[in-house]
Amino acid sequence: MTATGPAARPATGPAPVPVTAALALGDDALVLSHRLGEWAGHAPVLEEEVALANIALDLLGQARVLLSLAGDEDELAYLREERAFRNLQLVEQPNGDFAHTIARQLYFSTYQQLLYAELATGDGAFAPLAAKAVKEVAYHRDHAEQWTLRLGDGTDTSHERMRRACDALWRFTGEMFQPVEGLTADWARLEESWLESVTDVLGRATLPVPQGPRTGAWSAGAGRQGVHTEPFGRMLAEMQHLHRSHPGASW
Amino acid sequence: MVTATALEERLLELAGAVPDPELPVLTLRELGVLRAVRVHGGDGDTVEVDLTPTYTGCPAIEAMSLDIERVLRAHGMREVTVRTVLSPAWSTDDITAEGREKLREFGIAPPRVRHGDGPVPLALGPTRTRAPHTAHALSAAQDAHATDTAAEPLRCPHCGSADTELLSRFSSTACKALRRCLACREPFDHFKEL
Repeated sequence: MTATGPAARPATGPAPVPVTAALALGDDALVLSHRLGEWAGHAPVLEEEVALANIALDLLGQARVLLSLAGDEDELAYLREERAFRNLQLVEQPNGDFAHTIARQLYFSTYQQLLYAELATGDGAFAPLAAKAVKEVAYHRDHAEQWTLRLGDGTDTSHERMRRACDALWRFTGEMFQPVEGLTADWARLEESWLESVTDVLGRATLPVPQGPRTGAWSAGAGRQGVHTEPFGRMLAEMQHLHRSHPGASW
Repeated sequence: MVTATALEERLLELAGAVPDPELPVLTLRELGVLRAVRVHGGDGDTVEVDLTPTYTGCPAIEAMSLDIERVLRAHGMREVTVRTVLSPAWSTDDITAEGREKLREFGIAPPRVRHGDGPVPLALGPTRTRAPHTAHALSAAQDAHATDTAAEPLRCPHCGSADTELLSRFSSTACKALRRCLACREPFDHFKEL
């Protein structure tokens, strides 16, 4: 008893949802979306403001789907304490200058594209979202790559700022490849592909690959365990205060 | 094998005729976002509609759902539920041929038909600050990189010229890029291939 539109293809049955993984991926998307949204009204040019807001919107859409798999999206976004968030420390880092935002985008979107491409091939709970989102993320990564090339291979000032940004965020990138409970992925291979891709972009942008540690004592990263960096608390306060002050408010 | 009843066919047609809230020249059928209509219940007045978003975060999906509900209720349906389905993921290939033509007439360069899955094809122009010879090398290298590039060139919806440049990868909505025609100098939106 079904009338189908022309695009209908057979649907797959639902797979059980690993909640820890849904929170990890959902919080990455939510937190980065909020950070990018902070550029509204501040971006260097109008086109860039629109671009960053559109990327933020894609991420917010992904976050809504992922958090809804784990529970009530609003409760999870607005009523959890800092230690309950499972996002990478990379995505909560402040926007900094435009170069920092682009370096963060390059590192994260390259990771997200590789991870989602892998999740999309399986029949796990995240496959439908991953298959859809990976196409959006390809545009995010391209955007970050083009800006990395333009800033790195640009003026002395833009080169220096981009180099500093890539260096500063490098220590947050090891965390991306720590296995997440409930996600089946070849983490070592993901990391290898990530390094290869980022090295390629930096090379074309005439930027050095940062030399600092990505793992171990001098690196960062326990966001997946709920340990966050100092700026995250303030970001959450801003993100949550309206909902907490006026529970259930709507317009 | 499931067969649609005449009522379901009729409801699919009605829901499909609802205009897209952001691009009102297109109907939901032409956009390819309407997946299925199912009538439940002995009274035949409870209906479930499957709708898929263009982009995961597309805010238009809520307006589409409300419009579908309104139209189907007006047709005597007591209970209308619109479900959002993600799989299989919507692609710009789901836009019908007439939908593409309407986009062009509206001043938006339609998405080119993609061939299979793979890297998203992008027409990458030189950055405007770059010296011409370097710029050419860069864009050539990236054309080679975009292995899935559609065969047909992207054309200005106003004058038809294939000589266009990218101004911004993201335009008024996530699904569009902003370009400029180098022949007639008009800026235009391009519905990006997804």
